[in-house]
Amino acid sequence: MSPKHQRLTLALLGVAAIVAAALLAMSALKDQASFFYAPSDVAKQGLPLGRAVRLGGMVQAGSIRRAGDGVTVHFVVGDGIATTPVTFAGIVPDLFRERSGVVAEGHFNRDGSFTATNLLAKHDEKYMPPELAGKMHETRTLER
Amino acid sequence: MTAELGLAALWLAAALAALQVAMAALGLARGQAAPTAAVRPIAIVQGGLAALAMAALIALFLASDMSVRLVVENSHSAKPWLYKFAGAWGNHEGSMLLWVTILGLAGGAVAIFERRLPERTLIATLGAQAVIALGFYAFLLAASNPFARVSPAARDGLGLNPLLQDPGLAFHPPTLYIGYVGISVAFSFAVGALVTRDVGPVFAKAMRPWVLGAWIFLTLGITAGSYWAYYELGWGGWWFWDPVENASLMPWLAATALLHSVTVLATRDGLRAWTVMLAVVAFSMSMIGTFLVRSGILTSVHAFAVDPVRGRFILVLLALYTGGALALFAARIGTVRAGTTFTLVSREGGLVLNNLLLSVILGVVLIGTLYPLVAAEFGVQLSVGPPFFNAAAGPIALALMVAMAVGPLLRWRRDDAAALLDRMIWPIAAAGFTGAGLVALAPPGVMPLLGLSLAAGLAVASVLPVIGRNPWRTPLFTWGMVVAHLGIAVSLAGMACDSAYTAETLIAARVGQPVRVGPFTVRLDGIKPVIGDNWSALEARLSATRDDDTIVLRPQSRFFADPVTTTSESAIATFRDGQLYTVLGRPDGEGRWQLRLWWKPFVTLIWFGGGLIALGGLLSLVGRWRRERRAAVREAWA
Repeated sequence: MSPKHQRLTLALLGVAAIVAAALLAMSALKDQASFFYAPSDVAKQGLPLGRAVRLGGMVQAGSIRRAGDGVTVHFVVGDGIATTPVTFAGIVPDLFRERSGVVAEGHFNRDGSFTATNLLAKHDEKYMPPELAGKMHETRTLER
Repeated sequence: MTAELGLAALWLAAALAALQVAMAALGLARGQAAPTAAVRPIAIVQGGLAALAMAALIALFLASDMSVRLVVENSHSAKPWLYKFAGAWGNHEGSMLLWVTILGLAGGAVAIFERRLPERTLIATLGAQAVIALGFYAFLLAASNPFARVSPAARDGLGLNPLLQDPGLAFHPPTLYIGYVGISVAFSFAVGALVTRDVGPVFAKAMRPWVLGAWIFLTLGITAGSYWAYYELGWGGWWFWDPVENASLMPWLAATALLHSVTVLATRDGLRAWTVMLAVVAFSMSMIGTFLVRSGILTSVHAFAVDPVRGRFILVLLALYTGGALALFAARIGTVRAGTTFTLVSREGGLVLNNLLLSVILGVVLIGTLYPLVAAEFGVQLSVGPPFFNAAAGPIALALMVAMAVGPLLRWRRDDAAALLDRMIWPIAAAGFTGAGLVALAPPGVMPLLGLSLAAGLAVASVLPVIGRNPWRTPLFTWGMVVAHLGIAVSLAGMACDSAYTAETLIAARVGQPVRVGPFTVRLDGIKPVIGDNWSALEARLSATRDDDTIVLRPQSRFFADPVTTTSESAIATFRDGQLYTVLGRPDGEGRWQLRLWWKPFVTLIWFGGGLIALGGLLSLVGRWRRERRAAVREAWA
């Protein structure tokens, strides 16, 4: 192989690698495109069963119930349009409280409820997960 | 006074950087001696002035000068001194000043120590370095002055985010910044070589120590950051595919590829254009990393700035530098002649495969990280999480491990596939034996099984290049490669063990109640209040027993007053075969306390492997340096 040919082959391989990366990422993203859900999205798009997703919204007032085992909590997340009941077993974050933003990681169940494996609450008064800030904003404009 | 001194030093350094660019351009265009001779001293003084500005800022934080806005907003007079010191870069302005300081010092070091490169290429390199520095000086002086005063002066200050109040803060950011900056030096070398049409082995040899050094620091920074997140967040996870983590992973992937291709260029004079391209890509990744972390586009503990002007400023810098470098690359690459050739089955071929696979992983991580940001610009809110990265990057990473096992066993120029298979017998046997043994004894999931088998095969393959050789006559850089590759195998084994064999228990326990987790019985002995320097806490006393050995762990739930926050401090006991990880939750109101316990077998291998990888880099760096010194001595005698 002449140097020129070798160079061309390498360049083509490089391009092929980039295309492969893009294709791989896109096909994986298609499944992931809706990784983040608000309760009203479920009503619109149906239940995303069988995969790990995030659910975000406000913890509804008076909805937090603690189960008898001392580690399981039940609460309801709402976005102003719809609500989803959530079950979480674990140590809730320090800033998890009613009327406050939360993002739950976990999966939806067939009955429309959500089982969370992890909770992300807002870090401080200023902090809101970016996705949630967007959703809240959307909801507010819809209500108006 | 100190603040004004720091600001003056910063302005002077910026002016000198501008002068450095002008002199380098003049010297290159006209070939005159005077401007050319001026570039080196200017670079050295500029680095010194940037360091002086950083020293002034640290002095202000140590003295808790509450008339300086940055100190008021990010420090507190009652903070322990280590956090006052490290707090100087635990904020947006200070961290950017640290960036430019390291950049200035690196430029000075190049000016003092670099003797191999032709004078013109070196001048072009220092000129490129000054152009990068100039952008950051402008950013500091125009949009994020760290020395701004407040009037009237405040009394106590607002305090530092408690998550950052950890000794890790003193080391983690500087380590990563040294890595980013080292890559920028490598990039400057590439620009210098492109400008003077000098892409070849000499340039590669001059660039290699910087790439290696940057790579060592990035490796350490990522490893330390991962362990920090592991014990600080109290979730028991060690990698979250958080955009900020990706921001440090992407430059590392690019630097790893660059490290391997620069070796081909330095020793075999191949892959010329490819190496220059990788230097450009690696630098772009470190700029994207800085942009992601510093622009406030992401909400995380790392995002100090929420000012959109700053985000746009860094984005413009990113576009200018990357765009400029790519334009120069496109304009000049035609003049870079092709290097020597090789066949597909050869060491070079293996390294090309390594580069391609690393590039694909890099592409996947980049797309996954930027996609939500781009989508947000179009009004679509979404996030890309661990399922995406694991599914897309995991399989390629395993393929890369296979390539890594085979690569070092290949000969340069050309090799024979049948002979290669012969050499691979032991690694393949080790992988097969491990896989079969695991399935028989304790079957894990598919990915952990693959990971553990591969780790065994890779470990054996990594040490094969030194088996049967006299260890004292084997070059140090060969040992470096062996140790680094072994480190990857060790780390992979740790990851696979953690995901396959972790035992977790979550319970609300009464005082005195025994709880089982893995091979341990953990008993809650009691809860008591504790007072620290600037926090108060509830502390649990847990005694964990395994085979008649008992140890005590004390996880805490900490309360900070400035600013008001609670954090949970996990308690971790390290054993030879893993870690017992304990977190204290909250009381349930009926006299019980929430406890979350994990037994993580061999999880420490993850970070131990990271350390080995960095050690391999260090051995390689020292080995190359010694060989070059010996060569220089021989030349002097000849």
